[in-house]
Amino acid sequence: MTSPPSPAPHVAPQADHADKARTTLQRIADLRAWLFLAFLILGFEIWSRVSFGGTFMFNTFNIQSIAVFAVAPLLLATGQTFVIISGGIDLSMGFIMGLSAVVAAHVINWATPGMGFGMAVLFGGLVAVIIAAIPGLVNGLLVAILKVPPFIGTLGMFGVARGVAFLLAGGTTVPVKNEVFAALGNGKFYGVPYVVIVAAIFVLIMHYILSQTRFGQHNYAIGANAQAARRAGINIKWHLLRLYILSGICAGLAGVLYAARFSAGAAQAGEPLLLDSVAAVVIGGASLFGGSGTILGTVAGAFVIAVIQYGLVFINVAPFWQFISVGVVIIISVLIDQAQRRFSGGRQSE
Amino acid sequence: MSAKPTPVGEPLLEVRNLSKNFGPVQALNDLTMMVRAGEVVALAGDNGAGKTTLIKAISGVYQPSSGEILLKGKPVSFASPQEARDQGIETIYQDLALADNLTIGANIFLGREPMRRAFGILPVLDRAKMAEAAKSTMALLDFHVSRLDAPVSNFSGGQRQAVAIGRAVYWNAQILIMDEPTAALGVPEQRKVIQLIHQLKAQGRGVIFISHNLQDIFAVADRIVVLRRGVQAGERRISDTSHDEVVKLMVGG
Repeated sequence: MTSPPSPAPHVAPQADHADKARTTLQRIADLRAWLFLAFLILGFEIWSRVSFGGTFMFNTFNIQSIAVFAVAPLLLATGQTFVIISGGIDLSMGFIMGLSAVVAAHVINWATPGMGFGMAVLFGGLVAVIIAAIPGLVNGLLVAILKVPPFIGTLGMFGVARGVAFLLAGGTTVPVKNEVFAALGNGKFYGVPYVVIVAAIFVLIMHYILSQTRFGQHNYAIGANAQAARRAGINIKWHLLRLYILSGICAGLAGVLYAARFSAGAAQAGEPLLLDSVAAVVIGGASLFGGSGTILGTVAGAFVIAVIQYGLVFINVAPFWQFISVGVVIIISVLIDQAQRRFSGGRQSE
Repeated sequence: MSAKPTPVGEPLLEVRNLSKNFGPVQALNDLTMMVRAGEVVALAGDNGAGKTTLIKAISGVYQPSSGEILLKGKPVSFASPQEARDQGIETIYQDLALADNLTIGANIFLGREPMRRAFGILPVLDRAKMAEAAKSTMALLDFHVSRLDAPVSNFSGGQRQAVAIGRAVYWNAQILIMDEPTAALGVPEQRKVIQLIHQLKAQGRGVIFISHNLQDIFAVADRIVVLRRGVQAGERRISDTSHDEVVKLMVGG
């Protein structure tokens, strides 16, 4: 097809040039979590060499510990990434995770005598994840059908899941007697902990869903402009319903892996992890206004938090500094996000 | 891609004796108008004159109370905007309806993304196809972009308007209804949009163009239909009328 002979728009050349510069800057900003992570590791490495004469990051035990440590917050954060990109938030994930851990513990204990160790783990894990999808479904119904703001709807579910989890646990921790489950939680495959392998596969699938499927694409569109998405024929209710179920499933898997690691289910398992998950998403470059974010960024964000927390313990700093450092990192991330927003919003108004 | 089933000058869309009332309020009363292929018809009128009601009736948002709509000579009725769109009537809204964080291609295909199979099995979004379609469609509108991987928030208002129009063109809209397409734009950008409308006209599509800006109307329209309080106050060929006459029709002087 030949283009008509009329002159090209006069603004195009400079605009294109500016676009290029801007896109490069955006790419750098998008990578900020990874840069941050690299700086952190470098910092701890230097500190460790100077004060103990030992290495921080070339130590297999450290790497394994950080990876295991990051599993649960990372799984919560992948689900949270989807929800935050859509313009929402899921506050109930932490206690859905606890609920799932308790359910997994009970079901595996109940099923082990009849099914044997391996099948009981598979069955219990599956039941726990399915049970975790139920509060997700309710969140979805609240947000999609009843138009409850996600913050409020999932805050309600936060309380409900918390109560149900503690009731099921009888107010205590539920120990699991199953050696396969314990092996899943603590065993390694060529030095890589099983829980890390399971989490890595799951995160990879989530990355695929977000970046390569219609569901992921619609998630971005809804977060940027829900009205545009609706006009384009996207069924927003159905999308949100599935979105919050997915978020519940992420929390469910995190709960099962947590229970495996400690051979016990605890209702409060995910309590401190909820805000970490939101922090990981924000550090990873997503905007709380919706419409932007990636799973890969969230992975970096989750590891930034894990490295800070583990590294500070490693170099013998009082643990309370963890809160301060993670807090500062969150604020810096949000400031970068706002600067970026102002920058890319600048030319639109011209 | 630019299928032109209707020869230029033939009637594309006819509205006959259309009325719409909301309870006792008569928003539109016995209105008749026509859009031919390759013709730009401007709708003018004060606020509340019935312009929006009319386009919403044409685009399937409202069901008319009486009267009929004919598309290429056949009576049609649309239960939803989606049905109107499927028949080739596309509305381009004032506030654009683009997802700013997505590329031009992703916006064109929003809600109907093409898929391909990676490694022969795994279904993935066909970004290459989206980019290719974006490039050729935008070239059709004489808007040449090199940054097909950039989100549309990187583009200016006029360029974004072109993306919205491009989406309609790609899905082969025969009639484009544009509600105040130049309202939010600077002067050079307005000129660019006017140029775009000329392109659509040259491709044999019909355009219904709503504007408060008489200058834009006189720059691009072939005919103008003036509404006042739900009735047609007058219809003029642009070449036979003047700003003053149109204003008089609008205010009823």
